[in-house]
Amino acid sequence: MDTIAEPTLFKKGAEASLYLADWHGKRVIIKNRIPKKYRPTALDERIRSYRTVHEPQLMHEAKVAGVFTPLIYMVNVAESFIVMEYIEGQQIKQLLNKAPQEKRHEFCIEIGASIGKLHNYGLIHGDLTTSNMIRTPEGKIFFVDFGLGEKNIELEAQGVDLHLMKRALQSTHYQFWEECFKNVLCGYTSVRGLETTEKVYEKIREIERRGRYVEERKQ
Amino acid sequence: MLKKELNKKEGYCLGIESSADDFGAGITTFKGQILANKSDSYIPAEGGIHPREAARHHAEVADKVLSQALSSAGLKPKDLSIIAFSQGPGLGPSLRTGATVARALASYLCIPLVGVNHSVAHIEIGKLKTSVVDPVTLYVSGGNTMVTAFESGRYRVFGETLDIALGNCLDVFAREAGLKHQKGIPLGAAIEKLAVKGKNLVSLPYVVKGMDLSLSGLLTAATVLVHRGNCSLEDLCYSLQEHAFSMVTEVTERALAHTEKKEVLLTGGVAANKRLQAMLEVIAEEHDASFNVVPLEFATDNGAMIAWTGILAYRHGLVTPIEESYVKLRWRVDKVDVPWIQ
Repeated sequence: MDTIAEPTLFKKGAEASLYLADWHGKRVIIKNRIPKKYRPTALDERIRSYRTVHEPQLMHEAKVAGVFTPLIYMVNVAESFIVMEYIEGQQIKQLLNKAPQEKRHEFCIEIGASIGKLHNYGLIHGDLTTSNMIRTPEGKIFFVDFGLGEKNIELEAQGVDLHLMKRALQSTHYQFWEECFKNVLCGYTSVRGLETTEKVYEKIREIERRGRYVEERKQ
Repeated sequence: MLKKELNKKEGYCLGIESSADDFGAGITTFKGQILANKSDSYIPAEGGIHPREAARHHAEVADKVLSQALSSAGLKPKDLSIIAFSQGPGLGPSLRTGATVARALASYLCIPLVGVNHSVAHIEIGKLKTSVVDPVTLYVSGGNTMVTAFESGRYRVFGETLDIALGNCLDVFAREAGLKHQKGIPLGAAIEKLAVKGKNLVSLPYVVKGMDLSLSGLLTAATVLVHRGNCSLEDLCYSLQEHAFSMVTEVTERALAHTEKKEVLLTGGVAANKRLQAMLEVIAEEHDASFNVVPLEFATDNGAMIAWTGILAYRHGLVTPIEESYVKLRWRVDKVDVPWIQ
């Protein structure tokens, strides 16, 4: 990272630090996966290099699937950092709670459609929370942070992905998570069709029943 | 009665805990002083907890444990002001035994009955014993693995296991490895002891999905290796701990970064593990948060935590009529309103 002019810390996440920098005249985000002192070095390196390699690959493929993601400019596996396009805009996490109902519906339908496109293409985001979605002033919704993502065409993975979206809505937007999730599923259905969506939805219910303390769990 | 008067009034609450293998009775004053905390554990002859046998054990030891609690507090049954009991989540037969005892006592003494959520009780006693106010809590035991934090009236779940609990994972592995359950030494402690001698990290599945984690694949992989016999048991115990604890630590760190709270609370039976404590201490420090471990007596299932949470609920006018005192086997922590927190 020494070759990049004056990076300023933009956000310190749990897994990585994000820096805002100037890279050959472009405004970029540098995502640096910092070593985690709590886990053994061998395990830490395995996790960090895996995520550093896979994230850009998935972000590229997401574009092919028709979902907005930042452009990747450079990847350095040895130091586990990624240089990518800076997306101007606001996190959906912040927008959702203050947006009027109509807008909220619109955002959620859009998000659902993007998730549908990822899944249709065999991509799993792995961390669908509203802080990983950015809305630009032009109204495009960008998906970021594919660090926990994977390529997988199984219903199980798609179910977990949507289950995580539901859980994120429940914990961060508990006032109206139900209508939000309903609209996410609406958008999802518009891309994947009713039949597939029903299968995925049944999978979500199955995943939830597997949880330890869940009302609906079967004996 | 008015809330103000309730807050001023002194009284004693008997808490009964029986959600799994422990039958516990604790007595706490309304001001939060713990006068007694007694329990008796069911130890299976082989295998894990047999729910019917655990319930039989609870029924057999109930009067003994209750008498011990009352005499150690220096109280008579008629001195009690309310009875609290663990209403869920947990094993049905075990919970029902404790609930039956609680109902009988409350009816006989003509005092209010308060049903308490077991997971909420773990957090509340942790707050009382460590003086934290608004923590991110990692609760890891034989039946639970979850990261919670308070947000708008309830403890919200910020991460949890998608399948088995951390303590369950360690216990099953220990039994598969042939380790035996001894009185006073949980299987998890046996693994911890062996893990200290482990040197080589064996690569095992590491499964974090968003805020959640999955331990079943890790358990299967470790079990296969233990039966294959190529790795030393010390190395496997070490590797199992490192992988599993790194996963819960990663999820806890995410919750900490997300909520920006300044306290970390570790509770549940697995909280006793020094390696897990060390890992969490590192992330707490990195996020400028204090790190707190609930003392073992109050981190494992106990009656005092039920008594204390019963008092908090009772002071806010929450009582459980007998006809609504049925046990709730899958009562999630995020389904419970906690009006005592502002």
